[in-house]
Amino acid sequence: MLDMQTASKPHRAKLYLHYEIDGDDFTRAGEASSKLKQSLKQLGLSPAVIRRAAIAMYEGEINMVAHADGGVIDVDIDTAAITIVMRDTGNGIEDIDAAMKEGYSTASDEVRQMGFGAGMGLPNMKKHSDYMKIDTKVGEGTTVTMKISIMSE
Amino acid sequence: MTIGTIAKLLSAEIFTGEELSEKEARTACGSDLMSDVLAFIKNQSVLITGLTNSQVVRTAEMMDIVCIVIVRGKRPTDDMVQLAEESGIAVLSTGYSLFTTCGILYANGLAGGDRILA
Repeated sequence: MLDMQTASKPHRAKLYLHYEIDGDDFTRAGEASSKLKQSLKQLGLSPAVIRRAAIAMYEGEINMVAHADGGVIDVDIDTAAITIVMRDTGNGIEDIDAAMKEGYSTASDEVRQMGFGAGMGLPNMKKHSDYMKIDTKVGEGTTVTMKISIMSE
Repeated sequence: MTIGTIAKLLSAEIFTGEELSEKEARTACGSDLMSDVLAFIKNQSVLITGLTNSQVVRTAEMMDIVCIVIVRGKRPTDDMVQLAEESGIAVLSTGYSLFTTCGILYANGLAGGDRILA
């Protein structure tokens, strides 16, 4: 679901996007990231910035469906950065240090059969963003905030 | 190397993206693990894989990959073809294995484009 509250003017406007992620259907994971990518292209941002944002959010979207029964994503774009806030009310992350290690995964067999669950998601989100913060509480959910700088390119 | 040449070299069936046959591809990667494609691949334009589900196309879309080659004679699912059509990505299927497919394309000038990961 795409909700543009501000009319877009390339490089000028502040754009706000909101997506709701269905946690039941793994085949549909990635729709929001695909829409974000299209919106960023329309804004005329550089392909490198667009790709970083798309990859970071796509990994997060896969995580939301694989681990948390979906959630909501809010994206703020201004002239300096793309800020992506991904919120879920899933089980939370028990061991955040382990989750940040490449190769650590608690993904189900179903997720692995789709080509994921290699334990690269969170590290890759960090790699593709300039700032990442994870707020998580076991039993309550997780909020991941990522910032991708537009100016650094 | 054009996507059309890739199709010819691999005796591949083109499921979608016939109109992209003149499009140039310089580098490729081969993997069944989309997690690794997302984490390790940079600037590759062809994804060679034996995995057939919609997330393969999503992964390609995020990575700006223009052509997916499915190996071992597998066929793309209907939702893969539909998604690829919408995203402007060519989907090919070849009877060769992952290893042989990579070998044929590499021998004919398609590069890996990778750095050595140490």
